[in-house]
Amino acid sequence: MNIFQGETLSWHVLDGTIELTLDRAPCNEIGRATLADLEKFIAALPALQRDANALIINSTRKEGFCAGADLRETYRVAQPLPKDERLAGLRDFLERIHHVMNTLDEAPLTSIAAVHGVTFGGGFELALACDLIIADKMTRFCFPELRLGLIPGFGGIPRLKRDLGNAVVRDLLLTGRSINAAKAQSVGLVSQVTAEGDALRVARSTAAQLKKFDRGTAVAAKKFIKPIPYDELRREIEIFCDLFMRPAVDASLRKFVESTDALPYLP
Amino acid sequence: MNTIDKTTDEVLRLAAEHFKVQRDQLSPGDDFFKKLGINSLQALDLLTRIEQHFQIELPDYELQGVSDFRTLAQRIQSRL
Repeated sequence: MNIFQGETLSWHVLDGTIELTLDRAPCNEIGRATLADLEKFIAALPALQRDANALIINSTRKEGFCAGADLRETYRVAQPLPKDERLAGLRDFLERIHHVMNTLDEAPLTSIAAVHGVTFGGGFELALACDLIIADKMTRFCFPELRLGLIPGFGGIPRLKRDLGNAVVRDLLLTGRSINAAKAQSVGLVSQVTAEGDALRVARSTAAQLKKFDRGTAVAAKKFIKPIPYDELRREIEIFCDLFMRPAVDASLRKFVESTDALPYLP
Repeated sequence: MNTIDKTTDEVLRLAAEHFKVQRDQLSPGDDFFKKLGINSLQALDLLTRIEQHFQIELPDYELQGVSDFRTLAQRIQSRL
């Protein structure tokens, strides 16, 4: 299936590059519908890879790449459930999204996240699963989860630790502050910063360069350079589940969902 | 080094330019959320433009409770 149009995303293959485009209002929040479409994508990936050696993930939403998990849906679904069912539902979601992220992370092609605007939480984690991040200069990266009494749950901490120095990881996680593209490049997170609105064009140009190389060599290099931190990813799920079941998180989520504040992420 | 008046003026000019309002319609004491009609995501956009223009880092938590241009300019001034 070289072309797909889902409820929340689409993909196509063009000149040896797969382009996966997120498109769900308001800012590609990852809930059950996006997860289901991402699962369709990774199921199709083995066939797509036969015709492609690069993958670009991008967004059509003007607000940004992805604002992270759909917290409103999370709260709405979890809130009426008894505790054990709530935990089981959460764990199932996390296992599934981790499977998606791990598959993208280790895919035998070079993946590029072409990001702009809001790249928060789960959106940041999706970008971290890619091999390269190319960011429009208006991009902001953030892990706001501590503001809700949580940690990132889609593999963000182990992947951030893999890629950056621990002091930077602590700064981003423990303060929950957002950083711009220039700062992200200065700490080694972003490979290229582009003019506003130019990330996808630069990602396509980079993908065209990748095609000049031997595919087998690129796959071997990636496997050697980019280990998947499976043990830490498992631990992250456990820690997230423990934290999520605390009453304080329930209260934070309720406050967030019901908030009409201009900056609901800020405690 | 910018004075606080110059910084405030530059913030007002940036906001007017980006959110397509007349510069003379904005005053230092205005609530920028109301005056510009912007949401939290657009406020982040303004923050990025401010960081780029002044070549500073301004953590978003420093903007907690800040809604007028004058106070925003003071936060910027403390990073220059």
